[in-house]
Amino acid sequence: MEKSIFDTVPLEQFVILSLILFCIGMIGVLRRRNMIVVFMSIELMLNAVNLLAVAFSAHRGDPSGQVFVFFVMVVAAAEVALGLGILMMIYRNVKSVDINALKQLKW
Amino acid sequence: MDQVIFYGLALITIVGALATIFSRNAMYSVLALVVTFFAMSGLYLQLKAEFVAVVHIIVYAGAIMVLFLFVVMMLNLNTVSTIIRSNVNIKWIAVLAGIAMAGILGYGAYATTLPARGDNTAENGTVKILGKMLFNEYLLPFELTSVLLIATMVGVIVLTKKEE
Repeated sequence: MEKSIFDTVPLEQFVILSLILFCIGMIGVLRRRNMIVVFMSIELMLNAVNLLAVAFSAHRGDPSGQVFVFFVMVVAAAEVALGLGILMMIYRNVKSVDINALKQLKW
Repeated sequence: MDQVIFYGLALITIVGALATIFSRNAMYSVLALVVTFFAMSGLYLQLKAEFVAVVHIIVYAGAIMVLFLFVVMMLNLNTVSTIIRSNVNIKWIAVLAGIAMAGILGYGAYATTLPARGDNTAENGTVKILGKMLFNEYLLPFELTSVLLIATMVGVIVLTKKEE
């Protein structure tokens, strides 16, 4: 009989952990003005959701959730590559990575 | 013992995440996020999701964070300090919004009955099982990700190419 993590750590604690991580990521997106850090906060939020998916998948004993997490990782990798490319272009044009520098569309 | 490891990894994850969003230097943010990702990979191992843990280290801590580090170094942000002042209140509003969000989500999680525990004693996160699933049930999405990756690659090259 193999032991499972859920014998000692209930699923609720994984839910709470990923909830805290998601909210930290959200605070980072709202609070920081450096585009790179905002971007990293989005990664943090994605990872919180991944952790929740893997926890539920392990809890139910259903590997489909982990395949889904794999696809989320692929899309996140593509998103990061493209996002950092856009960031480089923004930096080249406005010479700043501050989100407040992008106010040409404001008025 | 499992419990102690879980709390240790959870603590490292949360401290790393906080260091990521609160450190002033973008370089320290990147390094703190790497620490967070390694601790998270340990959590995946605890959940017996070996494949996801290994892919997480390779893709996130390996590829994505190197990309971030490369961009931070290339932009050399310490010399081009931006002098755009913003409203100080907005920082506290952001923290309050995050705490409110945590409260709402926490209440949602508390009010929901979590699903019953399935048969999770068997191995279900090994490369063997997930590989079989990927190449049988999820073959079409798996092939489509290659289209996504090639489109991204071409897009990034076109986007960042300097005009003549």
